[in-house]
Amino acid sequence: MANYKLQINGRTLEADVDADTPLLWVLRDHLGLVGTKFGCGIAQCGACTVHVDGKAMRSCSLPVSAVGAKKVTTIEGLSELGDHPVQQAWDEVDVAQCGYCQAGQIMTAAALLAQNPKPTNEQIENAMHGNICRCGTYHRILEAVALASTKLK
Amino acid sequence: MTSIPKTSRRDFLKLAAAAGGGLVLGFHWESAEAKIMNVIHGGTVAGSDISFNSYLSISPDDVITIFSPNPELGQNIKTSFPMIVAEELDADWTKVHVQQAMLDTKKYERQVTGGSGAIPHSWERLRKAGATARYMLMEAAAKRWSVPASSLTAEHGVVYHKESGRKATYGELATDASAIAVPADVKLKDKKDFKLIGTAVRNVDSKQMITGKPLYGLDFYREGMLFAMLQRPPAFGTKIKSVDAAAAKAMPGIVDVVTFKNNVAVVGKSTWQVNKARKALKVEYEPDGAAALESTTDHDQIFKKLLDSSDPNVVSVKRKDGDADAAFKTAAKVITKEYQCPFLSHSPLEPMNFFAHVRPDGVELVGPSQTPDMARNETAKLLNIPPEQITLELTRLGGGFGRRLKADYVLEAAELSSLIKAPVKVIWTREDDMTGGSYRPAVRYRFSAALDAKGNLVGYKLRGVGINAGNCTREDNFPSGAVDNLQIESIEHKSPITTGAWRAPITNFLAFAEQAFIDEVAMAAGKDPVAFRLDLLAKAKTTPVGAIKYDIDRMKGVIDLVVEKSQWGKKKGVSQGFSVYFSHRSYVAQVAEIEMKKGKPVLEKIHAAADCGVVVNISGANQQVRGGVTDGLGHALFGSLTFKDGAAEQKNFNNYRLIRMKEVPAIDVHFVNNGIDPTGLGEPALPPTGGAVANALFKALGKRLYNQPFTKQEELKGVSLGERL
Ligand code: FES
Ligand code: FES
Repeated sequence: MANYKLQINGRTLEADVDADTPLLWVLRDHLGLVGTKFGCGIAQCGACTVHVDGKAMRSCSLPVSAVGAKKVTTIEGLSELGDHPVQQAWDEVDVAQCGYCQAGQIMTAAALLAQNPKPTNEQIENAMHGNICRCGTYHRILEAVALASTKLK
Repeated sequence: MTSIPKTSRRDFLKLAAAAGGGLVLGFHWESAEAKIMNVIHGGTVAGSDISFNSYLSISPDDVITIFSPNPELGQNIKTSFPMIVAEELDADWTKVHVQQAMLDTKKYERQVTGGSGAIPHSWERLRKAGATARYMLMEAAAKRWSVPASSLTAEHGVVYHKESGRKATYGELATDASAIAVPADVKLKDKKDFKLIGTAVRNVDSKQMITGKPLYGLDFYREGMLFAMLQRPPAFGTKIKSVDAAAAKAMPGIVDVVTFKNNVAVVGKSTWQVNKARKALKVEYEPDGAAALESTTDHDQIFKKLLDSSDPNVVSVKRKDGDADAAFKTAAKVITKEYQCPFLSHSPLEPMNFFAHVRPDGVELVGPSQTPDMARNETAKLLNIPPEQITLELTRLGGGFGRRLKADYVLEAAELSSLIKAPVKVIWTREDDMTGGSYRPAVRYRFSAALDAKGNLVGYKLRGVGINAGNCTREDNFPSGAVDNLQIESIEHKSPITTGAWRAPITNFLAFAEQAFIDEVAMAAGKDPVAFRLDLLAKAKTTPVGAIKYDIDRMKGVIDLVVEKSQWGKKKGVSQGFSVYFSHRSYVAQVAEIEMKKGKPVLEKIHAAADCGVVVNISGANQQVRGGVTDGLGHALFGSLTFKDGAAEQKNFNNYRLIRMKEVPAIDVHFVNNGIDPTGLGEPALPPTGGAVANALFKALGKRLYNQPFTKQEELKGVSLGERL
């Protein structure tokens, strides 16, 4: 066990955990940030996607010891009021069915748009292909990412 | 930081921020600090609210709280149920607040999500709940203003007396209204006057889902709660021989290792710690009795053998019209084909989990279940206590697909909590779910058709063999009733591999087999596949054979609609495949379209026409159909779970392939508007998809597919499938 000081959602949070603990479980079990979801644990589904220094990463496969001073953003910290353009678009398009995958989808989409504000449909599909939605909301995800891109300031 | 009172996570974070200033301490399960994180769902109403019935209450400031009793797993019930109540109430939807109700079958009866049955069951009841409250509010206004109730109107939560210009909100009238006698009967709206029903209403949990609020069972945390993972037998048909837990027990954060039934439970202070310690267990297994350790190759043999069985103790005849054997003897043409599907995992994206706290004075259960009442009753039996001593709080479900109809994971949590005498959450990993859960049974069908010289279907036989599938046929479905000589038979092979209802049980594959077969028969008869089915339906209508348990007109309705929308048979350069199926109480017809692009078949579009009666929420319904089609397509293309010596060979999404974004075609959704009461939509869009796609692939490539998953079949070997396939 060691004490880790993590930069999460603009704050410094501490956790006493084993070095190999995935960031996902530090967030969920130790920091009370349960918006980041567990789906597969092996970097296959994207439910656990967070931003690390602005890049979409699979927190289930990222040991806490590798995070260091990098800036982590989770779904809870994506926007203060839940009104990030991607969140707004998700709400307007009414994307979610069960909703379980959607935090990860949103984080992947937000990272894409931060780096490429006007993606083509093909670029959106390539970026989102790694995120599984077991309910099959893919059409709406595509639609929402495209809509979000029009909302970027 | 001091202990935190019972509060929401958000408040907790606020408190935490205030307490720690810039540097906020993460909390630790090992510490003595109180950490409580209840999932958001409410469950009670404020004391000032006026309760009208078990579904709704109104606060003096006009907030209307509507309770949704059924488990929400993505079928959107938590939005559509309250819409039905609000419609009859003439409520202002923007002031409606929806809460998930606790399990209370005295109040709500059927609190189940399964069989596409929630809306059909509750339609009438929900409408009455809204209409009754509306009646009482109107009566209260009439009394207050001394005018006849018939002179009043209501709109958006306000009662108006137009003549005098008086008006009052529901909140202002609620207290008076609660004193009005509840009417024995109440008039419901004419469907043509619906204002809210049929519109697109956003998911009531939308905001919470997109901001990552704790909604799901896995998000539930409780003070002093322990975490547990169970090691279950690695192969079906084995049991524990010996357990050496010394190494696991010595690992950090581990509180206990408990063996019960065939489980070794590792209990500790965090998910990761129990996950790691579980790997350090040394458990030996041995065969459980005489049961064989079955492999998929064994099942192939079993299917072949049983399909040829003539043992009346093995073969169960489900339906017999006329004399099928005689018809086949005199037929001009006989077509016989076999179709097989593998096991499938349900794989809802939220893995199984449940919280249980067994105390001397009662039991608390919290988590995701499609059948909370059954879960409670089974827990009561297990712990030998009356069900009344158990409370069950439903969380939102991260998908179900039938997996959470079973209570196994609830019972595990309850039993473990009773053994360790502590609150505990049992968590399954994805691997646990795929290897030790419950599966869509593998099935093989043999279909035979007898055609006369004119190409009429004069004989029809279906025999199915399923592994723990019960009756693997739906003997009264189409084309039963349209064929003079018909025999439907089912055979079950009992296996240690546990199966369960998987979204659209049985029909999820039977529909593909049947619709692919009928397509092939139609072509052998020299007829257009749609015309061939319409002829059969016409015959079922004019000269029915035996009982007809589907609605011929509704089936024809979806066929006509999809033919129109897809311009069936009229498109150049597009290979269209047709399929239609009746499942549960609804009807869906589909046309899949494949185009050749650079020599590759590309699945461009699927048209779906559905008849589920009145559509409550068009936004939810559209997605329900698209999601169902996507699910049907994904599993037809990729889904396959195989066994070796009783153990599942695929354990996670790296080799158990689910459909992803780029593999989904455009899906156009259309609804038949016939005004009949809702008949359900959670499953019926899934069954027809595999058949439509296979039939389109035949048109495009001249190759028939008989087995699933398509992508693993010989027939598609060497065929370079396009992007979208
Ligand atoms: S949980 Fe991390 S990718 Fe699936
Ligand atoms: S909405 Fe259920 S998994 Fe995506």
